[in-house]
Amino acid sequence: MSGSDEQGVRRAVERVARESYGRLVAYLSVHTQDLAGAEDALSEALLKALTVWPRDGVPKNPEAWLLTTARHSLIDFFRHQQVVLAGESELLLLTRNSEESPLESIFSDERLKLLFVCAHPTIDPAMHTPLMLQTVLGLDAVRIGGAFLVSPKTMGQRLVRAKTKIRDGGIRFEVPERRQLPQRLEAVLEAIYAAFGVGWDDMAGADQRGRSLAEEAIWLARVLLQLVPGEAEAQGLLALMLHCEARRAARRDRGGRYVPLSEQDPNLWSLPLIEEAERHLAEASKCGQPGRFQLEAAIQSVHAERVRSGRVEWTAIVGFYEQLNRISPTIGMRTGYAAALAEAKEAERGLAVLDALNPDAVSCYQPYWAVRAHLLESLGRDAEAQHAYDRAIGLAEDPAVREFLLQKRA
Amino acid sequence: MQFALLIYESPEAFAARKNDAADPYTGAWRSYHKALVESGVFVGGDPLQVPETGTTIRIKEGKRSVQDGPYADTKEQLGGLTILELPSLDAALEWAARCPAASYGAVEVRPLDPQTRRRITG
Repeated sequence: MSGSDEQGVRRAVERVARESYGRLVAYLSVHTQDLAGAEDALSEALLKALTVWPRDGVPKNPEAWLLTTARHSLIDFFRHQQVVLAGESELLLLTRNSEESPLESIFSDERLKLLFVCAHPTIDPAMHTPLMLQTVLGLDAVRIGGAFLVSPKTMGQRLVRAKTKIRDGGIRFEVPERRQLPQRLEAVLEAIYAAFGVGWDDMAGADQRGRSLAEEAIWLARVLLQLVPGEAEAQGLLALMLHCEARRAARRDRGGRYVPLSEQDPNLWSLPLIEEAERHLAEASKCGQPGRFQLEAAIQSVHAERVRSGRVEWTAIVGFYEQLNRISPTIGMRTGYAAALAEAKEAERGLAVLDALNPDAVSCYQPYWAVRAHLLESLGRDAEAQHAYDRAIGLAEDPAVREFLLQKRA
Repeated sequence: MQFALLIYESPEAFAARKNDAADPYTGAWRSYHKALVESGVFVGGDPLQVPETGTTIRIKEGKRSVQDGPYADTKEQLGGLTILELPSLDAALEWAARCPAASYGAVEVRPLDPQTRRRITG
């Protein structure tokens, strides 16, 4: 076989792995209650594909081929261990059926259950996002570790521990009951948004291969929305991320320098993404269940209006922050509220909001210091502004942001 | 726990040291240092002079060998070190990511070894 054919097969494997990884892991693990085992079996199947497909050709239904192969290796494993699991008979049955049935009829989408398992309340919240990135999207520990500033080895160990806990702790692969759903769904949404936040901060970062983590997070939100189409907050989260993503090209100038939102050229924003975001937000508001992500998306929607009106309705943004602070009074929200107050010509009130925050909690929170510096500067308190700029620069990780603040301080 | 941040810098970064506080790299370092001190995590540390000022000594089979220049012949060279008191490696990695040198060179995070220190100094 020629080199280019081999590359073609490799690409085919990569494509089916990317598109189907989460569906296959979800399906296998729901039936075995063993996440790590399902991932191992799928990895083996993918490896096998790399040797068999170049020889026999890429199968007509690559996903079904991988599923069947992974199931065989799981069954072998169970037999080898002489473990009698309820799952085995079911797996056997499905293996027989899958040979002749069309895929859709045998292969239900269990990713929602998998998302709820990854964001289960008994799992360390810091591991919710890494687990989702690995089990639903198939990202490896090196990439996930990089995003979360953890060494690949440590991230690998943490993921293994979390999966062991899922297996041994009897965490059930199921969609929570109706009454628990809002709270459990919130953890899933938080984890997706955390992936987006990491990808967003990382936008200047090294990893330009493949999709950014921000795009992966949007993809996760789309998957989630397919699975829970009526949920207003899931719509809100997707709208929020799409609004931010729409501005990607405007966040740096040609020289790679950081451009704050208020100085961005709206002509560089992506109109299709903005329109899609607006559609989701409108859809969400029909449900009459306001929530944190919808409010954050609404704030971004006001900013996006600048494309048409040329101005920002800051009092509207302040109003949305006031609602947000009632339901989700986090440091990030308070800081955003203070910044919005300053833009609405209420810098004094903005500063009072910042002063009311716990000093220990904000000590290393970079946006707090950047906003504080801006507010103090606008109030003419230059010495204090200099000090706050220093902290904001010292805590910045992105060199473009650092340089922007250095110039502001000068 | 104490961690050392070992700062590796490119020849360009070493050259930028001659510039005054208006230089973005130097300015970023000033702010970073203030943030470390004000957060109460700074223990000690200092910049090192340029690698060419190093002299490396080995004694092998009783013979002294003295070599001009730094220990390792690499593009990026050890430019200084900072010692921090922090609760965990995760926190140390966070501070390392904020270090201006991380954007232009590399920062290695290593825990200090108090057990060996006690054996040596005890």
